[in-house]
Amino acid sequence: MQRFLLRRLVHGLIILVGLSILVFTLLVATPGDPVELIAASNPEIRPEDVKALRQYYGLDDPIYVRYVKWLRSTLRGDLGYSRTYGTPVVRILGERLRNTLWLVGAALVVAFVVGVLAGIYSALHQYSAADYVVTVLAFAGHSVPVFWQGIVFILLFAVWWPILPAGGMLTPGVPPGWPAFVDRLWHLVLPVAVLATFNTAVWARYMRSSMLEVVRQDYIRTARAKGSPERLVIQRHALRNALIPIITLVALSIPGTLNGAVLTETVFSWPGMGLLLFQAVLGHDYNVAMAVLLFAALMTVVFNLLADVAYAVADPRIRYD
Amino acid sequence: MARTATPRELALELERRRQEAAGVAVGQSYWQVVWRRFLRHRLALIGGTVALVLTLMAALAPWLAPYPFDRINLSERWVPPRLSNPFGTDELGRDVLTRIMFAGRVSLVVGYVTALAISVVGAVVGALAGFYGGWLDSVLMRLVDVLIAVPLLPLYLILAALLPGGGAGRIVLIFTAFGWTTVARLVRGQILSLKRQDFVEAGRAMGASEARIILRHLIPNALAPVIVAATLTVGNAILAESGLSYLGLGIQPPTPSWGNMLQRSQEYLLKASWLSVFPGVFIFITVLSFNFLGDGLRDALDPRLRT
Repeated sequence: MQRFLLRRLVHGLIILVGLSILVFTLLVATPGDPVELIAASNPEIRPEDVKALRQYYGLDDPIYVRYVKWLRSTLRGDLGYSRTYGTPVVRILGERLRNTLWLVGAALVVAFVVGVLAGIYSALHQYSAADYVVTVLAFAGHSVPVFWQGIVFILLFAVWWPILPAGGMLTPGVPPGWPAFVDRLWHLVLPVAVLATFNTAVWARYMRSSMLEVVRQDYIRTARAKGSPERLVIQRHALRNALIPIITLVALSIPGTLNGAVLTETVFSWPGMGLLLFQAVLGHDYNVAMAVLLFAALMTVVFNLLADVAYAVADPRIRYD
Repeated sequence: MARTATPRELALELERRRQEAAGVAVGQSYWQVVWRRFLRHRLALIGGTVALVLTLMAALAPWLAPYPFDRINLSERWVPPRLSNPFGTDELGRDVLTRIMFAGRVSLVVGYVTALAISVVGAVVGALAGFYGGWLDSVLMRLVDVLIAVPLLPLYLILAALLPGGGAGRIVLIFTAFGWTTVARLVRGQILSLKRQDFVEAGRAMGASEARIILRHLIPNALAPVIVAATLTVGNAILAESGLSYLGLGIQPPTPSWGNMLQRSQEYLLKASWLSVFPGVFIFITVLSFNFLGDGLRDALDPRLRT
């Protein structure tokens, strides 16, 4: 198993290198390198100054030299300056990251609980009316455009029946501490409901088929034959085995949740990484945009690795050789 | 007068009914069997019908639409839904239903063309990787691993901002450049199992070229999962396009797409909520239809893939 994990780790590193090349290529392709920016803001600049600056920044170096330099500074945590904010990119990321983690974390928990419970119920009542409803809802949940669901929820729960805030992260003037925390939760309800929909739908369908697969197995028949009560058969034997593939699926779905987060944060003006990316792209602030993309790439590799580890730990039947 | 069936006739009749129940009747071709299994999938039938109706609505928009395309009528701005404007009018007094019908042309074309392009690129890459194996396979599949794992919307956003123009072409290009991976992986898997089978060996023994074996023998037999993936891609591409257009980075106005119709609508939420509701309903129903259709096709084409 150690060899397996080591191989996956190497695999992950290769993917990360591949993605870093992609990000770097995009960065080179973006209009306006730093020297052009300086030149544009200073009309009295002389051509030889431009040349000297280009040399100073290494812009005329061969592309692979520039890649290595960029990679080295990126690994040291130097992601360049933000044009819009005029500060190092790293300094903007911290708070945005925290806000996104709140949103994505809450959405994942909700999606897992609701999705898994709905899937189990659906499987245990196969072909019932409830099963049919869950199946159709699951299809709806992964067909609905995230941003439109957000707009409709705002319309329903903030305009027509105003019980929840339409956007933002906190109400101005709320005292810090407990009231601020409750206020934050209040602002989370709608965006979390919207962001959780897609994963809930996918996980419910998957959980249903996983559960149906497991209850057909011999060991379930054995458990019933030896006289275990049905509740125990389901809880102890069926559920645990049905959850194994879900764990992997959950780990693999987490990076993809960032897609939804970009749209959800934009609809609800939630100041996280997704909204940051959107604003950066509109403002041609490409250093910031690339930082978000790099973060997405890193998440992808980390959670792919975690999926492998989780699978290896959760299912002793799997052998690695 | 009815006569009593002989035991042999009864046995034959039983067998026939059993096969009919399983969706395979004697003497039917593969596609006849597929068609019959598909017809029994109620949601897929509904999905297919709705998708067809929406496609016709978009294709025939110039003749079906109640108003000329983009007719501005400043004296009738912000009209809520009523008989002569079933979905109301927008900030320029344009009829929302008419715009939705024309926007459907753009959104559906993006969906269909992307699905077609992704199928072709994915099938070729998958066939090459599966047929030749070796380092080519390794390189291509590592590339697939990278592209399949990364969340694509942030990447699409940046690419859409970098590529000039506001048309559908560049959206299709971006989606195809990064979306062929699923089809490639499916086709590769099929090819790997197909290429060891006797009919391929027979083709080779009769002196068929590699290109002929790939194009005539391998790809047609690997088609079933590609059809399913392509159908689901239509919906996914429409979803992605609407998301990009909503953010203002997809199809640019004045060309309407369902996504960009929603772009400014949020500002008018209090004043004209219908502007926010109806284009989204069309995206939702279209994507839902293609997902039902794809699911039904999966069951019909290959019951083993059933989830």
